[in-house]
Amino acid sequence: MRIEIRFAGFGGQGIIKSGIIVAAAACIHGGKNAVQTQSYGPESRGGACKSEVVIAEEDIDFPKVVEPDVLIVMSQHAYNEYVDDVKSGGIIIMDPDMVPHEKNLKKVRVFRIPATKIADELGRRIVANIAMLGAFVAITNMVDEKSVIESIKANIPKGTEQLNLAAFEKGYEYGKTLLKS
Amino acid sequence: MTKKRALLAGAHFMNGDVACAEGAIAAGCRFFAGYPITPATEIAEHLSERMPEFGGIYIQMEDEIGSMAAVIGASYAGLKAMTATSGPGFSLMQENIGLAAMTETPCVIVDIMRGGPSTGQPTLPGQQDVMQAKWGSHGDYGIIALSPSSVQEMFNLTIEAFNLSETYRVPTLLMGDEIVGHMWEKVVIPPASEIETVNRKKPHVPPDKYAPFMPDDDLVPPMACFGEGYRFHATGLTHDEHGYPKTQSSEVQSKLVRRLCEKINKNEDRIVKVEEIMLEDADIAVISYGIVARSALSAVRKARETGIKAGLLRLITLWPFPEKRVKKLARKTKAIVVPEMNCGQMVREVERAAKETPVAFLSKLGEDPHRPKEILEVMRRSA
Repeated sequence: MRIEIRFAGFGGQGIIKSGIIVAAAACIHGGKNAVQTQSYGPESRGGACKSEVVIAEEDIDFPKVVEPDVLIVMSQHAYNEYVDDVKSGGIIIMDPDMVPHEKNLKKVRVFRIPATKIADELGRRIVANIAMLGAFVAITNMVDEKSVIESIKANIPKGTEQLNLAAFEKGYEYGKTLLKS
Repeated sequence: MTKKRALLAGAHFMNGDVACAEGAIAAGCRFFAGYPITPATEIAEHLSERMPEFGGIYIQMEDEIGSMAAVIGASYAGLKAMTATSGPGFSLMQENIGLAAMTETPCVIVDIMRGGPSTGQPTLPGQQDVMQAKWGSHGDYGIIALSPSSVQEMFNLTIEAFNLSETYRVPTLLMGDEIVGHMWEKVVIPPASEIETVNRKKPHVPPDKYAPFMPDDDLVPPMACFGEGYRFHATGLTHDEHGYPKTQSSEVQSKLVRRLCEKINKNEDRIVKVEEIMLEDADIAVISYGIVARSALSAVRKARETGIKAGLLRLITLWPFPEKRVKKLARKTKAIVVPEMNCGQMVREVERAAKETPVAFLSKLGEDPHRPKEILEVMRRSA
């Protein structure tokens, strides 16, 4: 069973890092096969940015995402670019403050997570991606929560554990609440 | 410190560039000179931390021409040496890659291919440098080039590149691409005791009998290090066995240049590595390499599901071109499909070897390699 996940936004939001954390969680901590690929412009910040993860029990041949099961999107540009690729019955997790203009989508489930606001409340906007990750884990259950937490710890700068895990927790709770409602 | 100095035996999740850097360390490389360039920068970055931990040297040079010159010097001083670059830097290195070929200098050059020509698309993949790998420097010379398809192979083939380079006293190229370089995947690094490394053969005659370009039967001359007590003259000019210039002798030119080509071509069977998948009964074969080979594998699996007898010949060695393997395959298949991320490069070699067997070429440029269904579609039409 092949799962395809696409993270998209702009450079500097931690889009690529999010993909690496999820893929490493599935692979090293979860014992599955996983591969992460990325696409970004030559700018170091502000350009369009995409990070893709494929997870499977079997060997992964083609490493890129063709029809994502899940799209996690953190910019209007990325939303416009990728929203129509999502598989029928798939999931879109988006930050409504970063995507003011939504399309009327059918055949997909949309979850709105104010990740940037959550991160701002924690004092550092830079962890918005980790709040999104928390919501992703809560909503999809595609990757084990404990594995993702281990993977976050292994992939962030030392000294930022508390901040990142708090963001993960907040995002996770928000996602669970949305699922119940 | 001791923990850091060790090879990272075990399973890791890392990107291809870092795996290449770790492969270099595992192969015994102790000298890196380079100039950072997307998408190869992470190799330099990682080695800038790791080299000093192993007592090796990392130098950020003023440019790629200087990088290649430093690599040649380090190799002559006895170290396993490498550089890493991408298209624009690979172009700049060509003159000194020729010098390395002419002076029979073992060294490894990693080219993480991006979209060209010129500065092109720095963050996107390509397979546009594979002919440059063979013909990039002027004159005739043999060269070895390998093509990794996964992060694990970025590790394994970097070691293989050093081993081949040391065995044949030839610059060896690792031709990755942006996807393989930046992709994160699991890599299993074996314990150091299980990693096979090769060192260049040393002179088996006393210093007064040594001629640095006198080949053994395998056409490869043993190599002394500068400073070990052997007289060693090296030059880019056409030279005799002692390394002295012979710029007017047709005989010396013919003997030397033919040997530089033949030491690689005549050892094709020993050098060439390919992966054959589902080819036993295949009517249609895809010949592919690098990241595109993974699209091809997916396409071949899908083709088999729909009853098409398809198979994949994955070229791990690009140069010397696996001519015998392709010829053999062409004789028993009805059609060959060659997808590449360029406007048609290795396909020319395939066509030359395939003779009458029809070859369909599938070109792709830009962000993504061929979608499996695009390759599948061409296979259906060729079936």
